[in-house]
Amino acid sequence: MDKLIVYMQYPFVRYALIVGILIALCSSLLGVTLVLKRFSFIGDGLSHVAFGAMAIAAVFQLTNKMMIILPVTILSAVLLLRTGQNAKIKGDAAIAMISVGALAFGYLIMNIFSTSSNLTGDVCSTLFGSTSILTLTSGEVWVCTILSIVVVLLFVLFYNRIFAVTFDEDFSRSAGTKADAYNLMIAIIIAVIIVLAMNLVGSLLISALVIFPALSSMRLFKSFKSVTICSAILSVVCAFAGIVISILAGTPVGSTIVAADVLVFAICHVLGKIRGV
Amino acid sequence: MAFITVTDLSLGYDTQVVACDLNFSVSKGDYLCIVGENGSGKTTLMKTLLHLKEPISGKIETGDGLKENEIGYLPQQTIVQKDFPASVREIVLSGCQGRCGMRPFYNREEKELAKENMERMGITHLAGCCYRELSGGQQQRVLLARALCATRKILLLDEPVAGLDPVVTAQMYELIEGLNKDGITIIMISHDISSAAKYASHILHIGNRLFFGTKEEYLNSDIGRIFIERWKGGEING
Repeated sequence: MDKLIVYMQYPFVRYALIVGILIALCSSLLGVTLVLKRFSFIGDGLSHVAFGAMAIAAVFQLTNKMMIILPVTILSAVLLLRTGQNAKIKGDAAIAMISVGALAFGYLIMNIFSTSSNLTGDVCSTLFGSTSILTLTSGEVWVCTILSIVVVLLFVLFYNRIFAVTFDEDFSRSAGTKADAYNLMIAIIIAVIIVLAMNLVGSLLISALVIFPALSSMRLFKSFKSVTICSAILSVVCAFAGIVISILAGTPVGSTIVAADVLVFAICHVLGKIRGV
Repeated sequence: MAFITVTDLSLGYDTQVVACDLNFSVSKGDYLCIVGENGSGKTTLMKTLLHLKEPISGKIETGDGLKENEIGYLPQQTIVQKDFPASVREIVLSGCQGRCGMRPFYNREEKELAKENMERMGITHLAGCCYRELSGGQQQRVLLARALCATRKILLLDEPVAGLDPVVTAQMYELIEGLNKDGITIIMISHDISSAAKYASHILHIGNRLFFGTKEEYLNSDIGRIFIERWKGGEING
Protein backbone atom coordinates (compact mmCIF):
# COMPACT_ATOMS: atom_id res chain seq x y z
CA MET A 1 0.00 0.00 0.00
CA ASP A 2 2.82 2.38 0.88
CA LYS A 3 4.51 1.43 -2.34
CA LEU A 4 1.36 2.35 -4.25
CA ILE A 5 1.12 5.76 -2.59
CA VAL A 6 4.75 6.44 -3.46
CA TYR A 7 4.11 5.46 -7.06
CA MET A 8 0.98 7.60 -7.27
CA GLN A 9 3.13 10.67 -6.80
CA TYR A 10 4.69 10.11 -10.22
CA PRO A 11 2.66 11.77 -12.97
CA PHE A 12 3.23 8.89 -15.42
CA VAL A 13 1.48 6.48 -13.05
CA ARG A 14 -1.49 8.81 -12.72
CA TYR A 15 -1.61 9.27 -16.51
CA ALA A 16 -1.56 5.53 -17.02
CA LEU A 17 -4.45 5.05 -14.59
CA ILE A 18 -6.57 7.81 -16.16
CA VAL A 19 -6.02 6.63 -19.73
CA GLY A 20 -6.41 2.97 -18.80
CA ILE A 21 -9.74 3.48 -17.08
CA LEU A 22 -11.12 5.70 -19.84
CA ILE A 23 -10.22 3.25 -22.57
CA ALA A 24 -11.62 0.33 -20.61
CA LEU A 25 -14.87 2.26 -20.15
CA CYS A 26 -15.24 3.16 -23.84
CA SER A 27 -14.37 -0.27 -25.19
CA SER A 28 -16.77 -2.04 -22.84
CA LEU A 29 -19.71 0.22 -23.81
CA LEU A 30 -19.59 -0.83 -27.43
CA GLY A 31 -18.45 -4.35 -26.60
CA VAL A 32 -21.99 -5.46 -25.82
CA THR A 33 -23.23 -4.33 -29.22
CA LEU A 34 -20.30 -5.87 -31.07
CA VAL A 35 -20.57 -9.23 -29.34
CA LEU A 36 -24.30 -9.36 -30.06
CA LYS A 37 -23.82 -8.37 -33.68
CA ARG A 38 -21.35 -11.26 -34.02
CA PHE A 39 -18.43 -8.91 -34.49
CA SER A 40 -16.36 -10.06 -31.53
CA PHE A 41 -13.25 -10.26 -33.65
CA ILE A 42 -13.49 -6.81 -35.14
CA GLY A 43 -11.24 -5.49 -32.37
CA ASP A 44 -8.58 -7.96 -33.39
CA GLY A 45 -8.94 -7.24 -37.09
CA LEU A 46 -8.91 -3.47 -36.74
CA SER A 47 -6.00 -3.47 -34.34
CA HIS A 48 -3.94 -5.32 -36.94
CA VAL A 49 -4.95 -2.75 -39.51
CA ALA A 50 -3.83 -0.07 -37.08
CA PHE A 51 -0.56 -1.96 -36.67
CA GLY A 52 -0.05 -1.99 -40.45
CA ALA A 53 -0.81 1.73 -40.63
CA MET A 54 1.61 2.36 -37.81
CA ALA A 55 4.34 0.51 -39.71
CA ILE A 56 3.75 2.74 -42.73
CA ALA A 57 3.84 5.81 -40.52
CA ALA A 58 7.10 4.61 -39.00
CA VAL A 59 8.67 4.10 -42.43
CA PHE A 60 7.79 7.63 -43.49
CA GLN A 61 9.12 8.76 -40.12
CA LEU A 62 6.06 10.85 -39.41
CA THR A 63 6.12 12.59 -36.07
CA ASN A 64 2.36 12.44 -35.77
CA LYS A 65 1.54 8.81 -36.51
CA MET A 66 -2.16 9.34 -35.70
CA MET A 67 -2.51 11.21 -39.00
CA ILE A 68 -2.25 7.90 -40.83
CA ILE A 69 -3.41 5.37 -38.26
CA LEU A 70 -6.78 6.93 -37.44
CA PRO A 71 -8.12 7.44 -40.99
CA VAL A 72 -6.95 4.01 -42.19
CA THR A 73 -8.52 2.25 -39.22
CA ILE A 74 -11.80 4.16 -39.54
CA LEU A 75 -11.97 3.31 -43.23
CA SER A 76 -11.45 -0.40 -42.52
CA ALA A 77 -14.06 -0.37 -39.75
CA VAL A 78 -16.61 1.23 -42.05
CA LEU A 79 -15.90 -1.29 -44.79
CA LEU A 80 -16.16 -4.25 -42.41
CA LEU A 81 -19.34 -3.21 -40.60
CA ARG A 82 -21.17 -1.80 -43.59
CA THR A 83 -20.80 -4.74 -45.90
CA GLY A 84 -21.80 -6.96 -42.97
CA GLN A 85 -24.89 -8.84 -44.10
CA ASN A 86 -24.89 -8.79 -47.87
CA ALA A 87 -21.22 -9.01 -48.72
CA LYS A 88 -19.87 -11.81 -50.86
CA ILE A 89 -17.25 -12.46 -48.17
CA LYS A 90 -19.10 -12.85 -44.87
CA GLY A 91 -18.29 -10.93 -41.68
CA ASP A 92 -15.89 -13.32 -39.97
CA ALA A 93 -13.99 -14.20 -43.13
CA ALA A 94 -13.68 -10.52 -44.10
CA ILE A 95 -12.30 -9.66 -40.67
CA ALA A 96 -9.82 -12.55 -40.77
CA MET A 97 -8.69 -11.51 -44.24
CA ILE A 98 -8.09 -7.86 -43.40
CA SER A 99 -6.56 -8.72 -40.06
CA VAL A 100 -3.98 -11.22 -41.30
CA GLY A 101 -3.25 -9.20 -44.43
CA ALA A 102 -2.59 -5.98 -42.53
CA LEU A 103 -0.44 -7.77 -39.97
CA ALA A 104 1.69 -9.38 -42.67
CA PHE A 105 2.13 -6.15 -44.63
CA GLY A 106 2.90 -4.21 -41.48
CA TYR A 107 5.67 -6.60 -40.49
CA LEU A 108 6.96 -6.80 -44.06
CA ILE A 109 7.20 -3.03 -44.38
CA MET A 110 8.87 -2.72 -41.00
CA ASN A 111 11.38 -5.35 -42.02
CA ILE A 112 12.26 -3.96 -45.44
CA PHE A 113 12.48 -0.32 -44.41
CA SER A 114 13.81 -0.97 -40.95
CA THR A 115 15.22 2.10 -39.25
CA SER A 116 15.83 0.64 -35.84
CA SER A 117 18.31 -1.95 -34.70
CA ASN A 118 15.90 -3.80 -32.45
CA LEU A 119 13.12 -4.72 -34.89
CA THR A 120 11.73 -7.69 -33.01
CA GLY A 121 11.52 -5.57 -29.88
CA ASP A 122 9.66 -2.82 -31.75
CA VAL A 123 7.12 -5.22 -33.23
CA CYS A 124 6.64 -6.95 -29.92
CA SER A 125 5.99 -3.69 -28.08
CA THR A 126 3.50 -2.50 -30.71
CA LEU A 127 1.64 -5.78 -30.58
CA PHE A 128 1.66 -6.30 -26.86
CA GLY A 129 1.71 -2.69 -25.72
CA SER A 130 4.56 -3.35 -23.27
CA THR A 131 5.36 -0.05 -21.63
CA SER A 132 3.94 2.61 -23.92
CA ILE A 133 1.18 3.39 -21.42
CA LEU A 134 3.85 4.38 -18.90
CA THR A 135 5.43 6.86 -21.30
CA LEU A 136 2.34 8.93 -22.08
CA THR A 137 2.72 12.68 -22.34
CA SER A 138 0.17 15.04 -20.84
CA GLY A 139 -0.90 15.99 -24.38
CA GLU A 140 -1.78 12.39 -25.19
CA VAL A 141 -3.72 12.13 -21.95
CA TRP A 142 -5.78 15.17 -22.95
CA VAL A 143 -6.52 13.81 -26.42
CA CYS A 144 -7.56 10.50 -24.89
CA THR A 145 -9.75 12.19 -22.28
CA ILE A 146 -11.56 14.35 -24.81
CA LEU A 147 -12.15 11.49 -27.23
CA SER A 148 -13.41 9.29 -24.40
CA ILE A 149 -15.87 11.95 -23.29
CA VAL A 150 -17.13 12.25 -26.87
CA VAL A 151 -17.55 8.46 -27.13
CA VAL A 152 -19.45 8.21 -23.85
CA LEU A 153 -21.68 11.16 -24.74
CA LEU A 154 -22.51 9.72 -28.16
CA PHE A 155 -23.26 6.36 -26.59
CA VAL A 156 -25.59 7.83 -23.97
CA LEU A 157 -27.38 10.07 -26.47
CA PHE A 158 -27.92 7.30 -28.99
CA TYR A 159 -28.32 4.49 -26.47
CA ASN A 160 -31.92 3.74 -27.44
CA ARG A 161 -31.15 3.76 -31.15
CA ILE A 162 -28.08 1.58 -30.73
CA PHE A 163 -30.18 -0.91 -28.80
CA ALA A 164 -32.93 -0.89 -31.43
CA VAL A 165 -30.55 -1.26 -34.36
CA THR A 166 -28.61 -4.04 -32.65
CA PHE A 167 -31.71 -5.99 -31.70
CA ASP A 168 -33.54 -5.77 -35.01
CA GLU A 169 -32.16 -3.80 -37.93
CA ASP A 170 -35.06 -4.53 -40.28
CA PHE A 171 -37.66 -3.37 -37.80
CA SER A 172 -35.69 -0.19 -37.11
CA ARG A 173 -35.50 0.59 -40.80
CA SER A 174 -39.21 -0.02 -41.26
CA ALA A 175 -39.86 2.40 -38.39
CA GLY A 176 -37.86 5.08 -40.18
CA THR A 177 -34.61 4.85 -38.18
CA LYS A 178 -31.55 5.38 -40.32
CA ALA A 179 -29.90 2.09 -39.41
CA ASP A 180 -27.02 2.60 -41.86
CA ALA A 181 -26.09 5.89 -40.25
CA TYR A 182 -25.99 4.27 -36.82
CA ASN A 183 -23.92 1.35 -38.09
CA LEU A 184 -21.52 3.89 -39.57
CA MET A 185 -21.34 5.73 -36.26
CA ILE A 186 -20.65 2.49 -34.37
CA ALA A 187 -17.89 1.65 -36.87
CA ILE A 188 -16.21 5.03 -36.48
CA ILE A 189 -16.42 4.96 -32.69
CA ILE A 190 -14.96 1.46 -32.48
CA ALA A 191 -12.09 2.47 -34.76
CA VAL A 192 -11.29 5.47 -32.56
CA ILE A 193 -11.41 3.31 -29.43
CA ILE A 194 -9.07 0.74 -30.95
CA VAL A 195 -6.52 3.34 -31.98
CA LEU A 196 -6.67 4.75 -28.45
CA ALA A 197 -6.43 1.33 -26.87
CA MET A 198 -3.31 0.40 -28.84
CA ASN A 199 -1.37 2.56 -26.41
CA LEU A 200 -2.72 0.62 -23.50
CA VAL A 201 -2.73 -3.06 -24.28
CA GLY A 202 -1.20 -3.20 -27.74
CA SER A 203 -2.86 -4.48 -30.89
CA LEU A 204 -3.20 -8.11 -29.93
CA LEU A 205 -5.07 -7.74 -26.68
CA ILE A 206 -7.67 -5.17 -27.71
CA SER A 207 -10.23 -7.86 -28.49
CA ALA A 208 -10.07 -8.91 -24.88
CA LEU A 209 -10.96 -5.40 -23.70
CA VAL A 210 -13.92 -5.32 -26.07
CA ILE A 211 -15.42 -8.76 -25.49
CA PHE A 212 -14.59 -9.96 -21.98
CA PRO A 213 -16.58 -7.41 -19.94
CA ALA A 214 -19.58 -7.85 -22.26
CA LEU A 215 -19.47 -11.64 -22.04
CA SER A 216 -18.99 -11.57 -18.28
CA SER A 217 -21.99 -9.34 -17.63
CA MET A 218 -24.13 -11.32 -20.08
CA ARG A 219 -23.70 -14.29 -17.73
CA LEU A 220 -25.24 -12.31 -14.88
CA PHE A 221 -27.81 -9.87 -16.25
CA LYS A 222 -30.81 -10.08 -18.49
CA SER A 223 -31.68 -6.62 -19.71
CA PHE A 224 -29.63 -4.61 -22.17
CA LYS A 225 -29.30 -1.69 -19.79
CA SER A 226 -28.04 -3.74 -16.84
CA VAL A 227 -25.66 -5.70 -19.08
CA THR A 228 -24.19 -2.46 -20.46
CA ILE A 229 -23.77 -0.84 -17.04
CA CYS A 230 -22.33 -3.99 -15.51
CA SER A 231 -19.83 -4.47 -18.32
CA ALA A 232 -18.68 -0.85 -17.97
CA ILE A 233 -18.13 -1.32 -14.23
CA LEU A 234 -16.36 -4.68 -14.64
CA SER A 235 -14.12 -3.28 -17.35
CA VAL A 236 -13.11 -0.23 -15.30
CA VAL A 237 -12.44 -2.33 -12.19
CA CYS A 238 -10.34 -4.82 -14.16
CA ALA A 239 -8.33 -2.06 -15.85
CA PHE A 240 -7.67 -0.35 -12.52
CA ALA A 241 -6.71 -3.58 -10.78
CA GLY A 242 -4.59 -4.68 -13.72
CA ILE A 243 -2.60 -1.45 -13.84
CA VAL A 244 -2.06 -1.34 -10.08
CA ILE A 245 -0.96 -4.98 -9.95
CA SER A 246 1.35 -4.57 -12.92
CA ILE A 247 3.02 -1.59 -11.25
CA LEU A 248 3.42 -3.34 -7.93
CA ALA A 249 4.47 -6.72 -9.33
CA GLY A 250 6.36 -5.43 -12.34
CA THR A 251 4.28 -7.43 -14.84
CA PRO A 252 3.36 -6.23 -18.37
CA VAL A 253 0.34 -3.89 -18.21
CA GLY A 254 -1.73 -5.25 -21.10
CA SER A 255 -1.44 -8.90 -20.20
CA THR A 256 -2.21 -8.20 -16.55
CA ILE A 257 -5.41 -6.34 -17.43
CA VAL A 258 -6.54 -9.14 -19.73
CA ALA A 259 -5.69 -11.73 -17.09
CA ALA A 260 -7.92 -9.83 -14.67
CA ASP A 261 -10.69 -9.79 -17.31
CA VAL A 262 -10.40 -13.55 -17.82
CA LEU A 263 -10.54 -14.15 -14.09
CA VAL A 264 -13.67 -12.00 -13.74
CA PHE A 265 -15.27 -13.86 -16.65
CA ALA A 266 -14.63 -17.18 -14.91
CA ILE A 267 -16.17 -15.84 -11.68
CA CYS A 268 -19.21 -14.47 -13.51
CA HIS A 269 -19.67 -17.73 -15.37
CA VAL A 270 -19.73 -19.69 -12.12
CA LEU A 271 -22.06 -17.14 -10.47
CA GLY A 272 -24.37 -17.31 -13.47
CA LYS A 273 -24.50 -21.10 -13.28
CA ILE A 274 -25.27 -20.98 -9.56
CA ARG A 275 -28.05 -18.44 -10.07
CA GLY A 276 -29.37 -20.33 -13.06
CA VAL A 277 -29.95 -23.56 -11.10
CA MET B 1 -57.68 5.75 -52.00
CA ALA B 2 -56.33 2.58 -50.44
CA PHE B 3 -53.66 2.39 -47.74
CA ILE B 4 -51.25 0.64 -50.07
CA THR B 5 -51.55 0.37 -53.83
CA VAL B 6 -49.12 -1.79 -55.77
CA THR B 7 -48.93 -1.51 -59.54
CA ASP B 8 -46.88 -3.69 -61.92
CA LEU B 9 -44.40 -4.50 -59.20
CA SER B 10 -41.42 -6.75 -59.93
CA LEU B 11 -39.16 -7.79 -57.13
CA GLY B 12 -36.07 -9.83 -56.52
CA TYR B 13 -32.39 -9.73 -55.67
CA ASP B 14 -29.99 -7.70 -57.82
CA THR B 15 -31.23 -8.48 -61.31
CA GLN B 16 -32.74 -11.86 -60.51
CA VAL B 17 -36.49 -11.45 -60.63
CA VAL B 18 -38.36 -13.49 -58.02
CA ALA B 19 -41.88 -12.31 -58.76
CA CYS B 20 -43.27 -9.94 -61.37
CA ASP B 21 -46.42 -8.09 -62.45
CA LEU B 22 -47.91 -7.87 -59.00
CA ASN B 23 -51.00 -5.70 -58.77
CA PHE B 24 -52.99 -5.38 -55.60
CA SER B 25 -54.25 -2.90 -53.06
CA VAL B 26 -54.91 -2.96 -49.36
CA SER B 27 -57.63 -0.78 -47.86
CA LYS B 28 -58.42 0.16 -44.31
CA GLY B 29 -59.69 -2.78 -42.26
CA ASP B 30 -58.59 -5.47 -44.72
CA TYR B 31 -57.05 -8.74 -43.62
CA LEU B 32 -54.78 -9.78 -46.48
CA CYS B 33 -53.04 -13.13 -46.51
CA ILE B 34 -50.10 -13.65 -48.82
CA VAL B 35 -49.74 -17.31 -49.73
CA GLY B 36 -47.50 -19.23 -52.11
CA GLU B 37 -44.84 -21.90 -52.29
CA ASN B 38 -41.46 -21.58 -50.61
CA GLY B 39 -39.18 -19.33 -52.62
CA SER B 40 -42.02 -17.58 -54.41
CA GLY B 41 -40.92 -14.23 -52.98
CA LYS B 42 -43.30 -13.69 -50.07
CA THR B 43 -40.70 -12.31 -47.68
CA THR B 44 -39.08 -10.28 -50.48
CA LEU B 45 -42.47 -8.72 -51.20
CA MET B 46 -42.85 -7.87 -47.52
CA LYS B 47 -39.44 -6.21 -47.41
CA THR B 48 -40.18 -4.27 -50.57
CA LEU B 49 -43.48 -3.05 -49.10
CA LEU B 50 -41.51 -1.80 -46.09
CA HIS B 51 -38.99 -0.05 -48.34
CA LEU B 52 -36.18 -2.21 -46.97
CA LYS B 53 -35.53 -3.26 -50.56
CA GLU B 54 -35.86 -1.35 -53.77
CA PRO B 55 -38.34 -2.85 -56.25
CA ILE B 56 -36.90 -3.81 -59.65
CA SER B 57 -39.77 -2.04 -61.35
CA GLY B 58 -43.28 -0.89 -60.58
CA LYS B 59 -44.73 1.34 -57.91
CA ILE B 60 -45.80 1.11 -54.29
CA GLU B 61 -47.97 4.01 -53.22
CA THR B 62 -49.23 4.74 -49.76
CA GLY B 63 -52.41 6.74 -49.30
CA ASP B 64 -55.45 7.36 -47.09
CA GLY B 65 -53.29 9.17 -44.54
CA LEU B 66 -50.79 6.34 -44.11
CA LYS B 67 -47.19 7.44 -43.81
CA GLU B 68 -44.33 5.17 -44.82
CA ASN B 69 -43.00 4.77 -41.29
CA GLU B 70 -46.43 4.10 -39.79
CA ILE B 71 -46.31 0.42 -40.64
CA GLY B 72 -45.89 -2.04 -37.78
CA TYR B 73 -43.63 -4.91 -38.78
CA LEU B 74 -43.33 -8.33 -37.19
CA PRO B 75 -40.27 -9.93 -38.78
CA GLN B 76 -39.22 -13.55 -38.58
CA GLN B 77 -36.86 -14.13 -35.68
CA THR B 78 -33.17 -13.78 -36.35
CA ILE B 79 -30.36 -15.83 -34.84
CA VAL B 80 -29.01 -12.74 -33.07
CA GLN B 81 -32.22 -12.41 -31.06
CA LYS B 82 -32.05 -15.93 -29.69
CA ASP B 83 -29.39 -15.04 -27.10
CA PHE B 84 -29.94 -11.30 -26.87
CA PRO B 85 -30.01 -9.96 -23.32
CA ALA B 86 -32.98 -7.61 -23.38
CA SER B 87 -36.02 -7.24 -21.16
CA VAL B 88 -39.53 -7.33 -22.60
CA ARG B 89 -40.05 -3.69 -21.61
CA GLU B 90 -36.96 -2.56 -23.52
CA ILE B 91 -38.03 -4.37 -26.67
CA VAL B 92 -41.63 -3.13 -26.65
CA LEU B 93 -40.43 0.42 -26.01
CA SER B 94 -38.11 0.22 -29.00
CA GLY B 95 -41.26 0.10 -31.14
CA CYS B 96 -41.64 3.81 -30.38
CA GLN B 97 -38.36 4.72 -32.07
CA GLY B 98 -40.12 6.07 -35.16
CA ARG B 99 -42.02 8.59 -33.01
CA CYS B 100 -38.92 10.16 -31.49
CA GLY B 101 -37.57 12.03 -34.46
CA MET B 102 -34.32 13.63 -33.34
CA ARG B 103 -35.12 13.26 -29.65
CA PRO B 104 -32.65 10.83 -28.05
CA PHE B 105 -34.84 9.46 -25.25
CA TYR B 106 -38.39 8.15 -24.95
CA ASN B 107 -40.89 10.47 -23.26
CA ARG B 108 -43.65 9.65 -20.82
CA GLU B 109 -46.27 9.35 -23.52
CA GLU B 110 -44.26 6.70 -25.37
CA LYS B 111 -43.61 4.75 -22.18
CA GLU B 112 -47.36 4.85 -21.53
CA LEU B 113 -48.01 3.55 -25.05
CA ALA B 114 -45.61 0.67 -24.53
CA LYS B 115 -47.38 -0.18 -21.29
CA GLU B 116 -50.81 -0.13 -22.97
CA ASN B 117 -49.66 -2.43 -25.72
CA MET B 118 -48.08 -4.86 -23.28
CA GLU B 119 -51.44 -4.99 -21.50
CA ARG B 120 -53.24 -5.49 -24.79
CA MET B 121 -51.02 -8.49 -25.59
CA GLY B 122 -51.33 -9.85 -22.04
CA ILE B 123 -47.61 -9.69 -21.29
CA THR B 124 -47.55 -7.02 -18.57
CA HIS B 125 -46.46 -9.59 -15.99
CA LEU B 126 -43.43 -10.42 -18.17
CA ALA B 127 -42.21 -6.82 -18.50
CA GLY B 128 -39.03 -7.39 -16.50
CA CYS B 129 -38.31 -10.82 -17.96
CA CYS B 130 -35.54 -11.63 -20.34
CA TYR B 131 -36.72 -12.05 -23.94
CA ARG B 132 -34.57 -15.09 -24.68
CA GLU B 133 -36.10 -17.04 -21.78
CA LEU B 134 -39.70 -16.71 -23.00
CA SER B 135 -41.62 -19.35 -24.92
CA GLY B 136 -42.11 -18.96 -28.67
CA GLY B 137 -45.67 -17.73 -28.28
CA GLN B 138 -44.69 -15.18 -25.64
CA GLN B 139 -41.85 -13.91 -27.84
CA GLN B 140 -44.27 -13.36 -30.70
CA ARG B 141 -46.58 -11.42 -28.37
CA VAL B 142 -43.65 -9.21 -27.39
CA LEU B 143 -42.78 -8.50 -31.01
CA LEU B 144 -46.45 -7.88 -31.78
CA ALA B 145 -46.66 -5.38 -28.91
CA ARG B 146 -43.57 -3.67 -30.33
CA ALA B 147 -45.13 -3.51 -33.80
CA LEU B 148 -48.28 -2.00 -32.26
CA CYS B 149 -46.16 0.76 -30.72
CA ALA B 150 -45.06 1.71 -34.21
CA THR B 151 -48.54 1.91 -35.72
CA ARG B 152 -52.23 2.32 -35.05
CA LYS B 153 -53.14 1.53 -38.63
CA ILE B 154 -51.46 -1.38 -40.34
CA LEU B 155 -49.45 -4.46 -39.35
CA LEU B 156 -47.22 -6.56 -41.58
CA LEU B 157 -46.71 -10.03 -40.15
CA ASP B 158 -44.13 -12.42 -41.57
CA GLU B 159 -45.24 -15.95 -40.64
CA PRO B 160 -46.32 -15.05 -37.11
CA VAL B 161 -47.10 -18.66 -36.19
CA ALA B 162 -43.94 -20.31 -37.51
CA GLY B 163 -42.64 -22.81 -34.96
CA LEU B 164 -45.58 -22.50 -32.55
CA ASP B 165 -47.59 -25.45 -31.33
CA PRO B 166 -51.26 -25.81 -32.40
CA VAL B 167 -52.78 -24.38 -29.22
CA VAL B 168 -50.55 -21.30 -29.21
CA THR B 169 -51.05 -20.94 -32.97
CA ALA B 170 -54.81 -20.78 -32.48
CA GLN B 171 -54.40 -18.18 -29.73
CA MET B 172 -52.13 -16.13 -31.97
CA TYR B 173 -54.66 -16.15 -34.80
CA GLU B 174 -57.41 -15.08 -32.41
CA LEU B 175 -55.22 -12.28 -31.13
CA ILE B 176 -54.57 -11.07 -34.67
CA GLU B 177 -58.27 -11.36 -35.56
CA GLY B 178 -59.08 -9.26 -32.51
CA LEU B 179 -56.66 -6.56 -33.66
CA ASN B 180 -58.25 -6.61 -37.09
CA LYS B 181 -61.72 -6.17 -35.54
CA ASP B 182 -60.36 -3.18 -33.61
CA GLY B 183 -59.72 -1.56 -36.97
CA ILE B 184 -56.08 -2.44 -37.61
CA THR B 185 -55.34 -3.51 -41.15
CA ILE B 186 -53.43 -6.79 -41.40
CA ILE B 187 -51.07 -8.07 -44.07
CA MET B 188 -49.82 -11.53 -43.24
CA ILE B 189 -47.53 -14.03 -44.89
CA SER B 190 -48.73 -17.53 -44.17
CA HIS B 191 -47.97 -21.11 -45.03
CA ASP B 192 -51.15 -22.18 -43.36
CA ILE B 193 -53.79 -21.95 -46.09
CA SER B 194 -56.64 -23.29 -43.95
CA SER B 195 -56.22 -20.49 -41.40
CA ALA B 196 -55.83 -18.00 -44.21
CA ALA B 197 -59.14 -19.24 -45.59
CA LYS B 198 -60.71 -18.92 -42.14
CA TYR B 199 -59.58 -15.45 -41.09
CA ALA B 200 -58.54 -13.45 -44.15
CA SER B 201 -60.74 -11.08 -46.12
CA HIS B 202 -58.42 -11.02 -49.13
CA ILE B 203 -55.86 -13.43 -50.53
CA LEU B 204 -52.78 -12.71 -52.62
CA HIS B 205 -51.27 -15.81 -54.16
CA ILE B 206 -47.81 -15.43 -55.64
CA GLY B 207 -45.76 -17.96 -57.53
CA ASN B 208 -45.97 -19.22 -61.09
CA ARG B 209 -49.57 -18.04 -61.27
CA LEU B 210 -50.83 -14.91 -59.59
CA PHE B 211 -54.12 -14.29 -57.89
CA PHE B 212 -55.50 -11.37 -55.97
CA GLY B 213 -59.06 -11.07 -54.74
CA THR B 214 -61.38 -11.70 -51.86
CA LYS B 215 -61.23 -14.97 -49.98
CA GLU B 216 -64.48 -16.19 -51.54
CA GLU B 217 -63.20 -15.53 -55.04
CA TYR B 218 -59.98 -17.38 -54.21
CA LEU B 219 -61.71 -20.44 -52.82
CA ASN B 220 -63.80 -20.68 -55.98
CA SER B 221 -60.89 -20.11 -58.36
CA ASP B 222 -58.87 -22.88 -60.03
CA ILE B 223 -55.59 -21.75 -58.53
CA GLY B 224 -57.07 -21.63 -55.05
CA ARG B 225 -58.65 -25.06 -55.28
CA ILE B 226 -55.47 -26.64 -56.62
CA PHE B 227 -53.37 -25.03 -53.92
CA ILE B 228 -55.66 -26.12 -51.12
CA GLU B 229 -55.80 -29.68 -52.47
CA ARG B 230 -52.03 -29.86 -52.62
CA TRP B 231 -51.75 -28.40 -49.15
CA LYS B 232 -54.14 -30.97 -47.75
CA GLY B 233 -52.17 -33.65 -49.57
CA GLY B 234 -49.11 -32.54 -47.64
CA GLU B 235 -47.09 -31.36 -50.63
CA ILE B 236 -46.61 -27.95 -49.13
CA ASN B 237 -45.12 -27.78 -45.67
CA GLY B 238 -47.37 -25.95 -43.26
